[in-house]
Amino acid sequence: MTSNKKDPVLVVLQMTGAYDALNTFIPYSDPHYPDYRPTLQVGPDEVLAVDDKVGFHPGMGPIKEMYDQGKVAVLQGIGYPSPIRSHFRSLDIWHTAEPEKMITEGWLGKAIRDIDPNKENILTAVNFGRGLPRALAAPGVSVASVGDLSNYGVLTGIQGDDQRTEALDIFARMYAPMIGSGPVSDYLSQTGLDALKGADILSTAPEMYSSSVEYGGSPFAQWLKSIAQVHLAGFGTRVLYTGVNPGTFDTHANQNITLPKLWGDVTSAIGDFYEDLKEHNANEEVVMLLFTEFGRRVQENGSGTDHGSGGVAFVIGDAVKGGLYGEYPSLEPEKLDSGDLQWNNDFRSSYATLLEQWMGLDANPILGATYEQFDFIK
Amino acid sequence: MGDKDIALMAHLMRRAGFGAQYEELEARAGKGYEETVEELLHPENNSNRMDLDLGERYFIEWNHFIRCVPEYTAFRMINSYSQLQEKMMLFWHGILCTADSKTQSYVTSHAELEMLRLKGMGSFKDLLVEISKDPAMLYFLDNCLSHKGAINENYGRELLELFSMGVGMDGNFNYTEDDVKECARAFTGWTISNGIPGQPYGRYPASFAYNPDDHDDEEKTFLGHTGNFNGEDVIDIICQQPATARFISRHFYDYFVADEAQVPSWMDTPPRDPETIKMLEDEYFRSNYDIRSMLRVLFNSDAFKNARFARIKGPIETVIGTLRLVGDWTTPKPGFEAIFEEMKHMGQEILNPPSVEGWHTGKEWIDGGTLVRRINFIADHVGDVSFPGIQDIVQKLASEGPTISPQGLVDGCLKLLGHYELTDENHQSLVEHARKSGVSSTDAQEFPKHVSEMLQMIVATKEYLYA
Repeated sequence: MTSNKKDPVLVVLQMTGAYDALNTFIPYSDPHYPDYRPTLQVGPDEVLAVDDKVGFHPGMGPIKEMYDQGKVAVLQGIGYPSPIRSHFRSLDIWHTAEPEKMITEGWLGKAIRDIDPNKENILTAVNFGRGLPRALAAPGVSVASVGDLSNYGVLTGIQGDDQRTEALDIFARMYAPMIGSGPVSDYLSQTGLDALKGADILSTAPEMYSSSVEYGGSPFAQWLKSIAQVHLAGFGTRVLYTGVNPGTFDTHANQNITLPKLWGDVTSAIGDFYEDLKEHNANEEVVMLLFTEFGRRVQENGSGTDHGSGGVAFVIGDAVKGGLYGEYPSLEPEKLDSGDLQWNNDFRSSYATLLEQWMGLDANPILGATYEQFDFIK
Repeated sequence: MGDKDIALMAHLMRRAGFGAQYEELEARAGKGYEETVEELLHPENNSNRMDLDLGERYFIEWNHFIRCVPEYTAFRMINSYSQLQEKMMLFWHGILCTADSKTQSYVTSHAELEMLRLKGMGSFKDLLVEISKDPAMLYFLDNCLSHKGAINENYGRELLELFSMGVGMDGNFNYTEDDVKECARAFTGWTISNGIPGQPYGRYPASFAYNPDDHDDEEKTFLGHTGNFNGEDVIDIICQQPATARFISRHFYDYFVADEAQVPSWMDTPPRDPETIKMLEDEYFRSNYDIRSMLRVLFNSDAFKNARFARIKGPIETVIGTLRLVGDWTTPKPGFEAIFEEMKHMGQEILNPPSVEGWHTGKEWIDGGTLVRRINFIADHVGDVSFPGIQDIVQKLASEGPTISPQGLVDGCLKLLGHYELTDENHQSLVEHARKSGVSSTDAQEFPKHVSEMLQMIVATKEYLYA
């Protein structure tokens, strides 16, 4: 395996549950804002203002700090045609980059196929979390999906090193493809062997790693630590994916209590991750995309916010040209889309920018069309 | 009663249920195959042998089903003796899909699953009427937002495309866009009272309401028929279509017999086994759309009996089957959420199919992440000799004599797991493995561990991915 540390790496952070765009990147001086948010408003003295109009939620200190250093692109008014307010379908649209119809191939799955067409590296992409997001799925693409890096592998429950080694030998023999057994059996063989090989390599990452950075205890923070470990191990992994559990940001109720804590946990983990990369002189080769499935209703419900549309996403890293992209959707009542922010910035423009300008791939075949790109990559 | 009968019973129980321990297989085989099929087809005549009272007292969340519906559903799949009833609930749940990610009302979803248990083996026409009145569905596919003069086509379309006829058959489209609109018009006025979701006022069960003022009572033309149709009339016309017979027959085949092509390709991809599909289609019309009659014909057919290990198990089948095998969760205890999580992480979250299309099945269940989880989950369970089901396997093997040969161990384990079969190469590998350990005495202290390690190796095979 060759170590290609300088190859661009994309880390995708999925904030499942739909964070409230309006209280994440806050139009604090808009006169309509306090009207829509009588109890949930974040006052001008609390907002982490980036100019006289907008600013970050007070829980997002670490990202604000990176913004001040010019490392954060804020993608305002991001969305897709005919917004859907179902978590699942909406995530699916972000995963497949296809709002019109249901498809099973993910945009990153296709990107991985382009990065490594001959499947030379089974660790081209690694997911941390429970189950593989559809974004990473594509026929013939193997992606390692890891719940816990310190205990990842096949038949981890077999006691004793010798017994386990022998069991894995047998496993490898039993999954060897057999001539004439058909495409499904071949697929299962390949998947089994890739999982085995991938686990072998991945399990060495924590041993090679040392750092002065201490991550928080949340699963998200621990997964970001694992991402740092895998990246720093130099396996040639180009796409790393993780996120928070479904429903985490689904703040229908008690938003004033939950949102500050959620953003606090998430952004400290991101800040720690960046510091960790920096400590290892690996900060220039990683760009992060932070997104959620949709925005939330402009008018609060008294305690929280319901499903809406028109969101905000963030691209973070040294290679990023920091600043505001897209337009902040108008809060004028007549300009809302059934009570929601009107999106103005197709998420596929940002995907295209990341694929072409950062990853060096041809975005058109992956996204199925050409989209206008931003210039948020240096 | 020979091994063949038990092997066949193991097959039936893997398909018409979630698998069974060897003792249950023997008892069911003792009754006879066709008798067992009848028993499974008639849950109303048989006790499900569950102590749900105890469960309800322990899991207080089951009270009113405001929470923990996936857990309740899993508990029933594990413990109900009426296994086919639960398997049919899961079958219809994967076709007549609603997802909690949108409906966000467990109490309403629970009512839907109960309906599927009760009506899932009756008349298909009745089932379509029930699902069209189902509050979770009315909300999930927006029929409650479809009004006279301002239709929402969502339910009308999916009823045709995914619940009954399918887009096309033998290369031809089954209906037009106009049929979709006319279908949606016929269902105007079918709505819910006590809306979903419950936020911010709380979660109450929604119920079906028919609003005649909002029903479009004008003339409609649907699939060549013209009249002032209401929803029931449209369902009646749907049920008469050969496409409907084909569509549900293929679903039965895919779920019970062998992995079919994925549903979206059915318009152009012919059935894998046209003869069996034809047999099911004929029975559909002969029995006046009776699901139970179709299942009877299916389970008693040679095509079914000869289709052992022709389907890749789904995650719910895998998890529930493993728990039934080892005898876990026969009574309530803490920590049940983990079981539900496990299915989810293997790719099948009950009450949250990925879309209204349901789950993609067959090899699509398996990827690098889900394969590792699946193997480790089963291996961790069969490797734990404290489970009663594993102790039974150890005792059964020990009772056959004071010593056991390496081949005897492998074959004995395969048999007690439900007459699994391995390729010659893999069989040989495991016999070699058993020989190396050198344990042969069945009263040796390490014998249970020896057995459980062999079980772990078997459940890690490619062959064990199949049912």
